[in-house]
Amino acid sequence: MNRRLIAGALLLAPLTAGAAGGHGPALEGSGIDLKDKASLQRGAKYFTHYCMGCHSLQYMRYNRMAEDLGIPDDALRENLIFGDAKPGDLMTNALKPEDGEKWFGTEIPDLTLVTRWRSPDWVYTYLKSYYLDDSRPYGVNNLVFPDVGMPHALVNLQGVQGPVYADHGEHAEGDGAHMVGLELVEPGELTPEEYDTLVRDITNFLTYVGEPMKLERRSLGLYVLLFLGLMFLASYYLKKEFWKDVH
Amino acid sequence: MGSDSTASAAQPAPGGFLGWLDKRFPVMAVWNDHLAQYYAPKNMGFWSFFGSLALVVLVLQIVTGLWLAMSYKPSATEAFASVEYIMRDVDWGWLIRYMHSTGSSFFFILVYLHMFRGLMWGSYKNPRELLWIIGVVIYLAMMATAFFGYLLPWGQMSYWGAQVIVNLFAAVPAVGEDLSTWVRGDYVISDATLNRFYAFHFLLPFILAALVFLHIVALHTVGSTNPDGIEIKKGPKGNKWSDTAPADGIPFHPYYTVKDIMGLVVFAAIFSLVLFYAPDLGGLFLEPPNFQPADPLKTPEHIAPVWYFTPYYAMLRAVPPIGGSQFPGVVVMFGAIAILLFLPWLDRSPVRSMRYKGMLSRLFLASFVVSFIVLAYLGLQPASDLFTLLSQIFTILYFAFFLLMPIYTKLEKTKPVPARVTE
Repeated sequence: MNRRLIAGALLLAPLTAGAAGGHGPALEGSGIDLKDKASLQRGAKYFTHYCMGCHSLQYMRYNRMAEDLGIPDDALRENLIFGDAKPGDLMTNALKPEDGEKWFGTEIPDLTLVTRWRSPDWVYTYLKSYYLDDSRPYGVNNLVFPDVGMPHALVNLQGVQGPVYADHGEHAEGDGAHMVGLELVEPGELTPEEYDTLVRDITNFLTYVGEPMKLERRSLGLYVLLFLGLMFLASYYLKKEFWKDVH
Repeated sequence: MGSDSTASAAQPAPGGFLGWLDKRFPVMAVWNDHLAQYYAPKNMGFWSFFGSLALVVLVLQIVTGLWLAMSYKPSATEAFASVEYIMRDVDWGWLIRYMHSTGSSFFFILVYLHMFRGLMWGSYKNPRELLWIIGVVIYLAMMATAFFGYLLPWGQMSYWGAQVIVNLFAAVPAVGEDLSTWVRGDYVISDATLNRFYAFHFLLPFILAALVFLHIVALHTVGSTNPDGIEIKKGPKGNKWSDTAPADGIPFHPYYTVKDIMGLVVFAAIFSLVLFYAPDLGGLFLEPPNFQPADPLKTPEHIAPVWYFTPYYAMLRAVPPIGGSQFPGVVVMFGAIAILLFLPWLDRSPVRSMRYKGMLSRLFLASFVVSFIVLAYLGLQPASDLFTLLSQIFTILYFAFFLLMPIYTKLEKTKPVPARVTE
């Protein structure tokens, strides 16, 4: 019995140890759904319109995206491909790393895998956490990414957010330690609910881009497990039949 | 079944192609000596699964690794992109890559369980010392292979993990700096390092396969042990398959082959659960920072090796530097593995298996297992005062299992060992 327990502990230990905690402000649940093709298509549109001018998806191909998201060829060429890229091309842009260094003081990251090294929740919360901060070059800062180099690209849609402080009056401007939240100080073109949906669509799309085969692997896994279930029955009775000689 | 093949010892020579082949190559002799007439104890049970499963995973790693090598590019500028190319553009590339990455972690899980089994059954004791030592060398070769392989995706954790480990060589007195430069082939981890690591990562699995061959040859020379630690070869002779074979033995084939096939199917299901539903296993099998390409100018805020190395990494960090040198920590880390080689001579107990050893042996084994698991956890965490203290305590407990073994195995009262294996 003891030995079973030790064995169990040995098996489980590496699995539970993975729950290493992160730090920083709590992340909002993104509530994305990779099966929601409409959301993914909208996300693709928003990304190519608002983000791709600077951020590439250099490991993703246009036609793979179109095929997976159910976007017809002409819609792809008309709405999502800018410049002279071909459907079989990788989703890159014309910027060079030096441009980012010059404009934002840092290289502009490629976002193909951003949801895998951050997380979908991080991307979702990040896009909702810009606030006014005069100490920064572009006048904005971000709760989940302090001293971020990027300006708020979606400010026209979301509107302007300002920090809310715990103790009114006695605080240093832009001091994140006393900040308890953000509030909309100047409305944008979208209502907060509409903006949340837009950000969720972009996050959903980027999560798809991070691992395009995710749904495929899950559905294949089911068949593999069903097959192994049948194999187990066969191998169990085979073993039992043979071992009659031994017992 | 079986009863009609009683006269197996006096089988007629095979005819046809097999007969032609057998006259020129010992096909039947090998088959009989290692499978059909290799007599294993009939009571091996659950813990005997992991050796054969580890062999299956080694083959899986070699096969998937070969296919990955067909599309992978060992170059600092192309490596990261080529992995994503495999994941996206190569037919079934994602499946092959996830099999390989999941396989490496499962290889270590299986080998750790296999080694634990060896500790429980006293499998390292006379006459199995060499078998055990070959096993430890296999473990070392596995760790080297995994270490070289982990650099290949060329992500941030690949890069900085390798940087930390190679820097350990720099702690060696006098020649350290030159040694670490020689290992890297450069002053930092670079394209040159990636190329040589790739070459070694491709070579070592074949050495590993050769070592496994030696491990099995040694095993079949001394015979398999069992949970009772009873030497079936010394017991009475004669069973329903042979008059001269041990009474408590059964032919490995078909009995253990069908049993291992059943174990393999269960293992494949557990493996598939991870492979298809959580290939990164919450950041443990594939670490999130490794989805960022290596950047020599940007050190990640927290560097930790992959989970199967972290017990040793925790030990390294537990030892305080002496005179500004990390060398003592490096010695402790490698000592933790090297001490396994001396195990056969540290155990002075008259009995082999934990079943018949006393309470002290059980307590020390339990404390050893707990230490290993806790150290694995601590090695994954950023260093803090509390964690460093805990690492020191559990490092001491880890070594106490070995260093005090000659004392507690002599002191304790053992239980009488039965003459025949129990069910």
